[in-house]
Amino acid sequence: MSFVSLENVSKCFGALRVLEHVSLDVDEHGVVCLIGASGSGKSTLLRCINLLEKVDEGSIVVDGQQITNGAVDVNALRRKIGIVFQAYNLFPHMTVLDNVTLAPRKVRGATPRQAREKAFELLDRIGLREKADEFPDRLSGGQQQRVAIARALAMEPKLMLLDEITSALDPQLVSEVLNLVSQLAESGMTMIIATHEMSFAREVADKVCFLDAGVICEEGPPGQIFTAPREPRTREFLSRIIEAGRL
Amino acid sequence: MHQVIHTFFSPHDFRAAFPNVWAGFQVNLKLMVVAEALVLVFALAVAIVRGLPGRGARPLRALMIVYTDFFRGTPLILVAFVVGFGMPALNIGLLSKRSNFTYGVIALVLVYTAYVTEVYRAGIESVHPSQRMAARSLGLSYAQSMRHVVVPQAVRRVIPPLLNDFIGLQKDTALVSVIGVAEAALQSQAYSQTYANFTSYTVAAVLFVLLTIPLARFTDHLILQRERRERAAAT
Repeated sequence: MSFVSLENVSKCFGALRVLEHVSLDVDEHGVVCLIGASGSGKSTLLRCINLLEKVDEGSIVVDGQQITNGAVDVNALRRKIGIVFQAYNLFPHMTVLDNVTLAPRKVRGATPRQAREKAFELLDRIGLREKADEFPDRLSGGQQQRVAIARALAMEPKLMLLDEITSALDPQLVSEVLNLVSQLAESGMTMIIATHEMSFAREVADKVCFLDAGVICEEGPPGQIFTAPREPRTREFLSRIIEAGRL
Repeated sequence: MHQVIHTFFSPHDFRAAFPNVWAGFQVNLKLMVVAEALVLVFALAVAIVRGLPGRGARPLRALMIVYTDFFRGTPLILVAFVVGFGMPALNIGLLSKRSNFTYGVIALVLVYTAYVTEVYRAGIESVHPSQRMAARSLGLSYAQSMRHVVVPQAVRRVIPPLLNDFIGLQKDTALVSVIGVAEAALQSQAYSQTYANFTSYTVAAVLFVLLTIPLARFTDHLILQRERRERAAAT
């Protein structure tokens, strides 16, 4: 029984078809990496899963619950799905600690004390406890992104969606964020990760999906996708990545 | 030259007019404080209602648009006349037996709320949509996202333009003299009509300017401070 299941999902922005008949299954504790060029639909796919975008056709089931029939409690659904964005999107008017405790306090009804304890536990885990009282603009990009991950984890989600979370980072800051994601994967978190970091995807994923023009062109275990891609378009994409020295 | 000094800047008349004008100016201060406090609250409410999503909120949004369009376009002096003379004429117990001061506050609040709503709205719209998206994807409701994420950021950004509007409001408290609120302008007029000397207006002008300058400098300071912070964040 898969934890997330997309069936025939299509999504248009006006005349632009962003996703076309996408079907995808993600097992509980599984890690799926979405690869593909910018504009291939990776981000939109993630956003459909926590209903930041509404699908036009098809169905999505998360944790046994059909979420695309319009009857679902959006806020309740989002409580169990964490998402981390490329641009971090921390709240700039709040300290790191307040960023992490806001949703647990306001959405889950945690007491300030409970929320703080949980937040410090997470900040310890990401190695940023001493930054608890700083504002986000005092942190490096890598640190901000780690805080964004902690903020999502503070809601104790069952599923994490990571949307190109290292694409805005300086190269030397990428590994601190990816290491954190690897730890998460080891701890059994179910994740769907849109990424341009191929060696990371190869290392962390159970399954890799290559998206091209809104279609899942090929999917399989990372070993197969990266060493023996079947589809010509996958081969072409990967050869360009290799040319660019990114694999 | 001597005539000018005598008519507008006579030290004797300055001293003689000061007590009454000063007493009147304290009414301006009260008008200002009460009106500003109400404007801050009402304008934020109107701005939020104007931004409500969904089809169900359409009539409310339309109502707020009509209100802001109307009162931004109407001169304060007309609103003051209508409120100050019209409401008593209505003979409705609750509305019609108020002091001129109250009518003055109502007129100021009606007009300035319409202005300040636009300031808040610009602030709310200047908060990047990704902030709202981040808040909503943590499970916060629309109202919670506004309350904890969007509005606090918007308010911080609009403090300088808000202060600017308040400088305008301070000065416009003098306009409600037309409905008989005994504030500084009216007191100045009374003095000048009695003693055929205009120095009393100078007294009032000096008081208004003295009140405005610190606020103007404070606004400059805030703008500068923010520019510095943004430049620091950009590096």
